[in-house]
Amino acid sequence: MNLLWLQAAGCGGCTMSLLCAENPNVFDLLDGAGVNVLWHPAISLETGVEVSCLLSAVEAGEIPLDILAVEGAIARGPHGTGRYQMLSGTGRSMLDWLRALAPRARHVMAVGTCATYGGITTAGGNPSDAVGVQYEGALGGGALLASFRAGDGLPVINVAGCPTHPDWVTETLLLLKSGALGPADLDELGRPLFYAQHLVHHGCPKNEFYEYKASAEMLSEMGCMMEHLGCVGTQAVGDCNIRPWNGTGSCTSGGYPCIACTAPEFEEPRHPFTETPKIAGIPVGLPSDMPKAWFMALASLSKAATPKRIATNAIADRVEVTPTLRKPKGRT
Amino acid sequence: MSEARLVVGPFNRVEGDLEVHLDVTEGQVASARVTAPLFRGFEQMLEGKDPRDALTVTPRICGICSISQSAAAARALGAAAGMEPTPQGAAMAALIHAVENASDHLIHFNLFFMPDFTRPAYAGQPWHRRVVDRFTAGQGGAVRAAVEARAQLMHILGLMAGKWPHTLAIQPGGVTLAPGPREKVRIEITLRAFRRYLETTVFGGKLEDFAGIETVSSLMRWDRGDAGLFIEIAQALDLDRLGRGSGRYLSFGAYPLAEGHGFAPGLWEGGPVPFDPSAIVEDLSHAWMLGPAAHPSTGETRPDAAMRSEAYSWCKAPRLAGRPVEVGALARQVVDGHPLAQALAGGGVLARVAGRLLELARTQVLMEHLCAAIETNARFMSGPVGRIENGHGAGLVEAARGALGHWLRVEKGRIAGYQIIAPTTWNFSPRDAAGIPGPLEAALVGAPVGEGEASPVAVQHIVRSFDPCMVCTVH
Repeated sequence: MNLLWLQAAGCGGCTMSLLCAENPNVFDLLDGAGVNVLWHPAISLETGVEVSCLLSAVEAGEIPLDILAVEGAIARGPHGTGRYQMLSGTGRSMLDWLRALAPRARHVMAVGTCATYGGITTAGGNPSDAVGVQYEGALGGGALLASFRAGDGLPVINVAGCPTHPDWVTETLLLLKSGALGPADLDELGRPLFYAQHLVHHGCPKNEFYEYKASAEMLSEMGCMMEHLGCVGTQAVGDCNIRPWNGTGSCTSGGYPCIACTAPEFEEPRHPFTETPKIAGIPVGLPSDMPKAWFMALASLSKAATPKRIATNAIADRVEVTPTLRKPKGRT
Repeated sequence: MSEARLVVGPFNRVEGDLEVHLDVTEGQVASARVTAPLFRGFEQMLEGKDPRDALTVTPRICGICSISQSAAAARALGAAAGMEPTPQGAAMAALIHAVENASDHLIHFNLFFMPDFTRPAYAGQPWHRRVVDRFTAGQGGAVRAAVEARAQLMHILGLMAGKWPHTLAIQPGGVTLAPGPREKVRIEITLRAFRRYLETTVFGGKLEDFAGIETVSSLMRWDRGDAGLFIEIAQALDLDRLGRGSGRYLSFGAYPLAEGHGFAPGLWEGGPVPFDPSAIVEDLSHAWMLGPAAHPSTGETRPDAAMRSEAYSWCKAPRLAGRPVEVGALARQVVDGHPLAQALAGGGVLARVAGRLLELARTQVLMEHLCAAIETNARFMSGPVGRIENGHGAGLVEAARGALGHWLRVEKGRIAGYQIIAPTTWNFSPRDAAGIPGPLEAALVGAPVGEGEASPVAVQHIVRSFDPCMVCTVH
């Protein structure tokens, strides 16, 4: 199965994250899965003419392209020319190359939130007029039309995340290889459900604080970061707290909020990232699928019921009060 | 007299987009123009935002120097807010940063730089079979071992920084997580494993022995590990003469700790000379940028959408007192006063790569010291960074590939100006108004170009010896 990987307007961090794959390492995994890397900008030997010849051969249909992976947003500027990113040595823009190569591919995979929805490359006033491969933010239609379908009949597969977890990318490749990724396996924004059916909240180490709305007031404190520090883990898709990052990590385990980096338009939350917007002192933004009235009722009740241990630890930088030990039953 | 013009691209294993234009005369590069063909506009994106958002946005400039960007933003913000990290917070931020830099050195050597020697052009060399075995792209034994060792080293980042890249763990006041005794012993054991890997695979000997090398002649006798294989190749191909530098080196100083920098700041030109940060100017004469040349504290970023023909890059041309400087691991080690680095100063491919290996060995030792000095009951955060009404500040740090600066100006609670000079902006800058080429452009002159070589391999060695990061360059 041939894989061609292009880096468009992004930071390259999804590749750098992919190289963190473990058990097995990324090269053993690709070999084991029978994925043949035609070219990857950070990994392959080929440079210059060798690459432009390869790209032309793929464009001409002389080399079959099973998977086209695109990392980074697609710059359309200035003035729709795409010249803010020229694919070096080819005299053509990345926008042009993408539109030429995508129809040749059996599967098209956008890797990272820049490639899926535009992401951080489109922050502020979007200086390079960038878009995702098949989305502009949450709207269908990016560098490719919303109606685009790859050879497999699927739209662009959106492996969103900033960065992507290495396993999100490798498992998508493995599922594609085994023919086990169909339309029903993607959510409405094209994200593979195997990780997008979870919320970052699932398995969050701060869950007990969340249960009582025992909140951290500043970064470095242990409490829940939803009320004051901008955390949207209860609304963001991702299995970040079920499947750890770099061994044992996640944003919330690292002591900083989830900013929903798997979501379209996460780059412009319309408030400082690490500050929860509030109306009349009440945080805006409810946990997914939670009726507002019930949330308010439960929150005020649980806040009132907060045990001293949890209230104390929430505003401490390490555990100050340990759990009360229960004596075994039958003893006094 | 034979003359040719070459355009080399797509230029990979340089972390981002790069195009190199060469004028070739009599089998040698007569002049070079280096083009960064991507524009994203982070400095513009940041304008108007809450200053604290720089901590979330700027790491995403670069997926390989993410923590360096984070550290620079935290320092700039701290300077504007008038706050400093606690001593232990600064030390943990340094450890987190050092893990990224060590990982980058490892990736550069094994994945980006060495695979070029596996090319068929070198098939006749006595070392070729060994290099193919160790460094074939995506396949070689050294390549696989390096990604595994790096992934395991980065468990320190999973533990203390949540994830890599793009962590928010480093803040102006310190770090978001206070390590306890358990975290300390885990860091210690991860570092021990990394030392074992470095000593058995990369160096084939004690790190202290490699870091203790003082002269070029003893360096050239190092024949163990993958480092020894590189030295053998460097001898055979005379890599010291290939792509020689100006010998003018700048370091902003790496790992600011309460007791001073881990690697010292300064400027070097045959010896230490005074460094004045106010003498930095970004020249725009050959960049597709509009506006006057300016110090980054007052500079601006306005892309020239017409892409005027006199210009050829989205990269500005930073100059220090009107002259280019080279930055990177070699520069840092020279400025820090290491005798081997100083002996290598002014050198080419060998000097840059050996400087990086030297720093890799020294960084492991530094990380071990930082770990041993963790106080598990200390404060790791001095306080929250609140709203900043007005202020300005600079954050000068060292990424793996050299000096990185952020200059921030806040007015009425919003970012009024944010300028970034990345390491590769220095090294791969275009010409300035006086026509002086950037360090890579100068280093490429004289590089041999074989008959029929469309993407000259000597040019590739020189370019990659700088460990460029183009995505930072074209922020």
